Parts: sequence; structure tokens; C-alpha cells
Amino acid sequence: MHAKKMQQRKQKNHLFKNLSFFMTLITITVLFLLLYDVFKDGIGWLNWNFLTSYPSRFPEQAGIKSALVGSLWMISLTMPIAIPIGVMTAIYLEEYSPENRLTTFIRVNIANLAGVPSIVFGILGLTIFVRTLGLGRSVLAGSLTMALLILPIIIVASQEAIRSVPNSLRDASYALGATRWQTIRYTVLPASLPSILTGIILATSRAIGETAPLIMIGALTYIAFLPSGPLDSFTVLPIQIFNWTSRPNADFHGLAAAGIIVLLAVLLFLNTTAILLRNKYQRRLND
Amino acid sequence: MLRKINDNKERLIHIGLFLIAMISVLTTAGIIYTLISESIPFFQNVSLKEFLTGTRWAPLFQPQSFGVLPLLNGTFLVAGIAALIAIPLGLGSAIYLSEYAPEKVRKTIKPILEILAGIPTIVYGYFALSFITPIIKFLFPQANIFNALSAGIVVGIMIIPMVSSLSEDAMLAVPQSLREGAYALGATKFEVAIKVVVPAAFSGITSAFILGISRAIGETMIVTIAAGATPKMTLNPLDSIQTMTAYIVQVSLGDTPHGSIEHQTVYAVGLTLFVITLLMNILAQIISRRFREVYGNAR
Amino acid sequence: MLLSIKDLSVSYGKNQALKNINLDIEPNTVTAIIGPSGCGKSTFLRSLNRLTELTPNTTTRGSINYKEHNIYEMDPMEVRYHIGMVFQKPNPFPKSIYENVAFGPKLNGYDNNLQEIVEESLKKADLWLEVKDRLKDNAYTLSGGQQQRLCIARSLAVKPDILLMDEPTSALDPLSTAKIEDLMTTLKEHYTIIIVTHNMQQAGRVADNVAFFLNGELIEYGSSEKIFTKPFDKRTEDYITGRFG
Repeated sequence: MHAKKMQQRKQKNHLFKNLSFFMTLITITVLFLLLYDVFKDGIGWLNWNFLTSYPSRFPEQAGIKSALVGSLWMISLTMPIAIPIGVMTAIYLEEYSPENRLTTFIRVNIANLAGVPSIVFGILGLTIFVRTLGLGRSVLAGSLTMALLILPIIIVASQEAIRSVPNSLRDASYALGATRWQTIRYTVLPASLPSILTGIILATSRAIGETAPLIMIGALTYIAFLPSGPLDSFTVLPIQIFNWTSRPNADFHGLAAAGIIVLLAVLLFLNTTAILLRNKYQRRLND
Repeated sequence: MLRKINDNKERLIHIGLFLIAMISVLTTAGIIYTLISESIPFFQNVSLKEFLTGTRWAPLFQPQSFGVLPLLNGTFLVAGIAALIAIPLGLGSAIYLSEYAPEKVRKTIKPILEILAGIPTIVYGYFALSFITPIIKFLFPQANIFNALSAGIVVGIMIIPMVSSLSEDAMLAVPQSLREGAYALGATKFEVAIKVVVPAAFSGITSAFILGISRAIGETMIVTIAAGATPKMTLNPLDSIQTMTAYIVQVSLGDTPHGSIEHQTVYAVGLTLFVITLLMNILAQIISRRFREVYGNAR
Repeated sequence: MLLSIKDLSVSYGKNQALKNINLDIEPNTVTAIIGPSGCGKSTFLRSLNRLTELTPNTTTRGSINYKEHNIYEMDPMEVRYHIGMVFQKPNPFPKSIYENVAFGPKLNGYDNNLQEIVEESLKKADLWLEVKDRLKDNAYTLSGGQQQRLCIARSLAVKPDILLMDEPTSALDPLSTAKIEDLMTTLKEHYTIIIVTHNMQQAGRVADNVAFFLNGELIEYGSSEKIFTKPFDKRTEDYITGRFG
């Protein structure tokens, strides 16, 4: 009786181990299916012309030039806004803030902001930046919206980075007569910089891939020119992909897939950089 | 004298940083203010009762009708399908990674899940329409091209990494001594995982589920591309439906004039979406804080 | 001979924690394992019910025979079923008192006389009177000493032959410690106990036999009287007289 029961329990264990492994495998398989699907549809459309042409009604002539340049514009305006605000908020919360209700409130608020659907940020951007501030459907309006959207990511990553700096480093700096700001500026920030950078890169890739908030502020238009200033209208890569995906013509789906390959290539490059940075930094800490 | 100058500088820096930190609070305030102030004119025309209990949503057609239930129906249908996909797969892979997987396998699988988490939703939307939908059409010829099932499955896939990594964190926070206690009673790995680790991490895991579902509710591009634009009361996953987020996109793609009641619906629906996801996020935080109170100090 | 350990060596990766241990344990005795920290005494205890295997990259050589069967050729679950363990820090599951004690028996599918087993085990662990009216309460509501006795009851509920105790009183106050020491003396009638302790007085009070470990080796093993009064090895003497460790 006991032996039989034991046998059953072992079988159950074995079964469940395989089941949970199988579930993990399904998830991984989906990733490869997704990549396969995109490459199969898009690789035939990917060529130099595709990268250097404006969108067109004719699939053979269409390209992502304005979308690529638009994405570049958007990112180069978003990050200089989001990075200082994010990092300084983290410095305040980790190094300056007293433990009181207001601080707790700021922390809870950041956690909740991270969970607000991106489309809601779009509504905010449309109302405040596009209309109230009169920026119109411009790169700047899009970048401001995007900066608010990725702010929680940068704050949380920077907080973790700053928190991981050992207190002994701070003590050493204070012992030399440094003020709090000098300690942060010359000791804490340099020590946590690689982790902060990793967080910034991840936030950048989030901003590059976001679609919904920019649709809200009206970046979905036919754009056959390049923005020449922050108040020009623009489109970005994900929106161009969305545009082609929602057309019934299969050729446009091929273009969408080709656009996705470019988008994923950019993101892969960024993420690999982030991982290498993280690994290098971890190794240095372990030495 | 020198000290004093430094003190003033320090105080300025302190105040400056505080003001910058308030930007995140201001953002939340801005969202709430925008949604509420622009919803007020809407609710002056449409009663709250009609909005919350009406079963027909047709602001863009005559005769107009403003019952939000069909959009909620579509949203929760997609989120429900997503949960059916993401909860078992997310929890299963979390259990595998935290309890069974050898270190080497773990180190291979974790980055793959991270990649999956970093793929933009527009890419998932394309995948839904070009890969999942044809399979559904093949299996169920009666299905609409745009259907809740395809979007729900892919939203589910999208949130697996989140559910999995948050659940895994919760399970890794269960003290090793509890596992050893169970092994010492002759428990198998399965019994340790299911009867000790998962119950001990239950609130952490629940909070992961809630956050995942909240994320599914707020997801926009996948549902816009794959689920359709026909708000309706239905539980049939093969039907074309519309979610709150997809409706907001639909209006912003059209050319409804600013200030019209059609345009105001964006804010009313946006407010509904915001309140629902906010409540879920707060609930998840309360639950996971309770979890940390039990084990936070034990480690 | 209940337990017979032959040439036991355990390594974690390249780090050898135990070297060629040979030791025999008689039934219905209390054996204390003593030695300075890092001497391998905990590793030794954990290898007796194969808990060492939970640590990755552990290699074990030699044999441990339990009633003439090498436990390293048995199923680990079966081994742990006969050889129970109580840990350094009380580790009750976050469940009710009742569910904690019933956990082991339930695994093996006893469900008709669970109540009886729980009551009997709690009585043996001298906890029954304190908890009989609050069996449904969460185990975390108990005091540290009560939690440790609950863990003992939990181990007894699967009816083991041998009870391994890894510094079971190091996290407890003197009163709770005394209670658990008394308990060991009564439990000895039905069980064989092997206890790791860093507390020499405790070893003297409860143990019939004492084994002294140093740097992963068994230096000396004998009756507690002999070890504490006229140890054979100079290093044992140095340790028990408090000259190091």
C-alpha cells in the first residue's frame, strides 16, 4: 500500500516536472513562431529602397524613411527630458527624502503611474500638450508625452541602482568632509551609473516601440517629408507599421513585417547593449 | 562662514530635487484632472446611469447611444481569454524556473522571457492578425476575421513574461527553510511546490495575476488590430468586438470635431479605463505588501 | 546497528566538507555531534537524510546503511520518511497548527485517522495541552519554543525511526530549551536521536554518545561520559575545555 502510494507520488512529480517544462517551452516556442512569421512575411520586402523611401500608395515604392527619421527625432527629444527628471527624482527619493507621508505618497504614485495604460498618457498628451499648450501634433508634443510615459521606468531603475551603492562608500565620502550633494555627485552617481544606463536603455526601447499614445496625439498621418524642427508633424516606425498592418492588401502586410524586422533589429541592438553593460558591471563588482 | 554657504546650497539642491520629484505627482494629477474635467460636459448630456447600464454603444452613428457596457464586455472578454492563457502558462513556467530548472537552463530561459517582454505591442498585433487569426479561421470557419479570441490569446502571450517573473519573484522570496521542512517529511518536489511554496507565495502570486490582467485591460494595439470595431454584448470569442482602448483609438483616428459629444466620449471611456486599472493596481499593491510583511523579515 | 556510516565523504563543488567518516549509531540512543563551526557537523547531519542533495553540485561517496539498506540506493523520499529532521530555526508552514502536523501523513494518504495521528504527535511533542483548543490557528501565532515543538510533532507524525536535530534550541530561550531537552529524553524510548549542538552542556545533559568533528573529519566518538571526562584525543580535550572553537 505504502509502496504503491509512493510510486504514484513519484509519477505525479515526474508528470508535473514535464508539464511545467512544457509550459515554459510553449512560451519560448511562441517567440520563435513570432520571429519566423515576421521574417517569412517581411524579409522579401527588406532592401535599401525600403529604408530610404517615403511611404507610398504603391507597395513596391513604399519605405520607412520618414518613420525612421521621425522615431529618431522623437527619441532625441524624449530622452533629454526624461533622463534628468527620472534620475533626479530617484536621487531625491533615495538620498534626500525624509521618511514621511509625502514621500510614501510619491512612491505609491510612481508605482501607480507605471501601471497606467499607455493610451491614457496619450489622452493626457492630446489635451495638455497638443491643445492647451498649443504645440499641435508635433514631435515636441509626442516627445513630452513619451517622456512622462517612460518616467516611472527610469525612476525605478535609478532608485534600484542608487540603493545598491554600499553605504560604506557614502561614509567614506562624508568622512572626507564632503557635503551630501558632493557625495552624490562624485561618489554615488558614478558608482551607480552603469545600472542607471541599463535602465535608460530599456526605457529608450520602450519609447521606440510605443504606438498608442502617439496615435492619440495624432502622429498617424501621411508624411512625405522629414521634420525639420521640434514643432513639425511627424510619424514614427511603429505607427507606420500599424498603418500598413491595418490595410487589407497583403503586400502592405509584407511592408509591415519588413518594418517590424527593422524595429526589432533596433531594439535587439539596444537590449544587447544593456545586457552587456549589466554583465560587465556585475563582473567588476564581483572582482 | 564657509559652512553656512554650503548649507544654503544644500538646501537649494534639496528643494530643487523635491520639485523635480513632484513632476511625477503632477503627471498623475494632470491625468486625473484632464479625464474628469473633460468628462463633465459629457455627463451633462448623458446620465451616469445611461452610461453605466446602457447596453448599446453607438456614439458615432444615428441614433446615438452611450451605454458603455458593450465596451466593458469586449474589454473583459479579451482580458478573460488572456488570463486563461497567461495564468497557467505564467505560473507553470514560474514554478519550473523557481523549483525545477537547473541553474544553466534558468540562465538560458530568463533572457528569452525578457526578450518576449520587450517586444512592442504593435508587433504582437501583427502576429495576431497574420498568424493566430488564420489558424482560428481554419479551425472555426464561422469565426469573424476580427475576433476576441485571436486578440485575447496574443494579449495573454504578451503578459506571460510579466506574470511569470512576478510569480517567480514571490516564490523565490519563500524561505528555503520551508522547502527543507517539507523535503524532510519525505515530500516530492511537486508536493513541495504545490503544497508549500505556492500557498506560501499565494498573495504575491495573486498580485502578479491582478497586475497582468490590469495590463491586459489597458492593452491597445493588439485589440485595435485584431479584435475588431463592433461594440457588442457577447461572450462568443469568435465574434468581432470592441474594447475601451480600441474605441479611443478609433475616435482619435477619425475626424470628430473637438468639443463634440462624440469626442467627449474619449474622456468618459478613458476615465472608466483609468479607474478600473488604478483600482486593480492598488489592490495588487495592498496584497503584495501583506505578502512582504510575512516574509520580508524572515529572509 | 540501526545506522552504519562507512567512508562517507561529501563535497560541495571542489570544497570537501566531510572526509571518510565512519560511525555506527545504536537504536534508542541520543548521539550528539559537536565541533567548531564549519567543521562539517551540519553537512554530516543533512547527509543522513540526503538533504545535502538539495544543494547543487554536491557529491557524496561512501555508504550509509539504514537497517542493512544503503540509503544512497534507496529513494530519497523513502529515506526522509524514516529519518525525520528538525531544523535550527523553527520552520512551520504558514498553515494552521493542525495542517502542519497533518502535512506528512497526508502526503502518504492517511486520511481516516488523521485526527488521532495529529493528537498523538502533539502529545508526544508535549504541545497538546497548549494548543488543543486552537488547532485551527495559524502556526505563526505560536511562540518560538512552541513552534519548534510543533516542528518536532510534525516530524513525529510520519512515524520516523530516527530524528535528526540541527541545533534545535539555538534560536530559543532557556526555558523552551529545557523543555526540548526533556523531550529528547522521553522520545529516546521510541526513537533514535542525532543532534548537532554547539552547546557542550547540552550535549552532556542529553547525549548517550558524542562525536567530535574537526575540519570535516571525525576525531573522536564514544560514550558521552568518556568524551567529557577522559577524551582520547588532545584536540577533543582542547575543544571541550574551551581552548578553541
